[in-house]
Amino acid sequence: MNLALKDIRHGLFRFVLTCFGLGLLMTVVLAMIGIYNGLVADALAIVKAPGAHVWVVEAGTKGPFAEASSIPPDARDAVARMPGVASAGALVYLTVETSHAGKALRLYLIGYEVGHPGGPSRIVAGRGISKNHFELVADRKSGLVPGDTVRLGRDRYTVVGLVEEAMNSGGDPAVYVVLADAIALQTALDPSAARVKAARGTSPALEGNVAAVIARLEPGADANLLTSTVRQWKHLQALTQAEQESLLLVSVVDRARRQIGLFLGILLSVSAVVIALIIYTMTMEKLKQIATLKLIGAPDRTILGLIVQQSLILGASGWAIGLGLILLVKDNFPRRVVLEPFNVLVLAGIIAVVCLLSSGLGIRVALKVDPATALGS
Amino acid sequence: MDHADILIDVASVAKHYGEGDTRVDALRAVDLQVKAGEVIALLGPSGSGKTTLLNIIGCILDPSSGQVALDGEMVFDGKWLRGDLRRLRLEKIGFIFQAHNLLPFLTAEENVAVVLDLAGWPSSKGRARANELLDYLEVGHRAKVKPALLSGGEAQRVAIARALANKPRIILADEPTAALDSSRAQLVMDLLRRLAEEQQACIVTVTHDEKIFNRFDRLVHLRDGRLSDR
Repeated sequence: MNLALKDIRHGLFRFVLTCFGLGLLMTVVLAMIGIYNGLVADALAIVKAPGAHVWVVEAGTKGPFAEASSIPPDARDAVARMPGVASAGALVYLTVETSHAGKALRLYLIGYEVGHPGGPSRIVAGRGISKNHFELVADRKSGLVPGDTVRLGRDRYTVVGLVEEAMNSGGDPAVYVVLADAIALQTALDPSAARVKAARGTSPALEGNVAAVIARLEPGADANLLTSTVRQWKHLQALTQAEQESLLLVSVVDRARRQIGLFLGILLSVSAVVIALIIYTMTMEKLKQIATLKLIGAPDRTILGLIVQQSLILGASGWAIGLGLILLVKDNFPRRVVLEPFNVLVLAGIIAVVCLLSSGLGIRVALKVDPATALGS
Repeated sequence: MDHADILIDVASVAKHYGEGDTRVDALRAVDLQVKAGEVIALLGPSGSGKTTLLNIIGCILDPSSGQVALDGEMVFDGKWLRGDLRRLRLEKIGFIFQAHNLLPFLTAEENVAVVLDLAGWPSSKGRARANELLDYLEVGHRAKVKPALLSGGEAQRVAIARALANKPRIILADEPTAALDSSRAQLVMDLLRRLAEEQQACIVTVTHDEKIFNRFDRLVHLRDGRLSDR
């Protein structure tokens, strides 16, 4: 006879309500884990998307994500001609704000050369850019759909395709345009500002620059050799893909990552206290019944089983409800929520350990209960 | 008295709490023998040692000195001679409480069967035995009902069925009729008497209920931790 299940069934409504409450707490914990992963995934997505092996940026900088970088567009040809380089492409990154359907829309604009590395990796709706100007491919999270038009700078762009999971570390959805359009958006001035600048005689020489040149290598080519060669002979900074990823995590999203990590730690601690309190209270409410069980001859393992099984069922139910809820609502979060099976299993392990430790408190009290307390009124 | 018939043999049992100036003697060299089929009442004012003696016989409380033999087995002789006292209780003793103490999350049938489950009976046999006892106590029709829906008398009969489930020969009852009206109290005592006779068990009852004194074979008075004539 399983006393734990019988007791649960007896107070099913209350137990389900408790599990649901715990489930909501687990939803928040899983959401924080997902947001944490999403932050890292978003930050890396933009770096990983071009499929580059080497990043060439302005000398003395850690661009184009950790710091601003500006290099001449012809650096692409110089890099492409280097030994071991299969292909190279120039890229421009800038954040723009426009409006769509009456709402402000913040976009992370990526300018790339069609036919060179750096463009959208997989179009999920519509098509890729085929015209020389004023077409864009947007991330689905932007809310844009093929056929929409948005004003960027002085021109109106037509959305021709959609991609997924392309955004910067701040969560702004990415849009891809051709390099020339991106450079124009980067340099174009309001007519009056352009007149003032012309009157001052400011040189526009550097204004057509790109942020970075990426290189894909031939099989067997040494990325480290290429980066050292670029640094030595081209007076540019060169970073391998691994260095660029590490730079992003260490410099760009590190503080946000630690902040969320700390918040996650606090949430897990709160969850542990809540679980411990629930299980302790559940045990305290059963002390008279535990005394009766002891008096009629129940061994300690029966009482231990009653408490441990109930706390594990509580923890497992809370975990399952939390997982179900977060899977239901995760796509409605403003930022990407990425839940890996590993994280979910680790949380299950943590909850199991917390439940067992919390049971320990209740078990300690239960094992001390004097069976004589069952006698009398 | 035939020695083989003696189910409870308490010899020179004493129990004290504290030492020196703070020492309190709850029991002083108490001797008590109860034979099979006998129904006795432990009487006395509050603090006289009734519950202490009941708890010692029930192997819940350690005596300070003396000997206790249950169903022919010496279980205490200066120290407990059995390591697992709960198993000892399960095998030899049935308890009936003032407030029936049925487990609220089990049905009447399960409340009885749980004792047999703990004793290692197969589930089907345990349930069959539980139903047999509930029928015997005329509460079989309430087998699937939880304690909250049982009347006081029905709950007490289920508690008695639980106490008898593992066929113990010693039944200890603490104020078994306190929560019942006069007629119900008489019925419960008649039932206990019948059980003692039919199952050759002994019943030791702590009670203050004078209405049922005539239902006992013997009234054992305790005063200041000693047995007294009155």
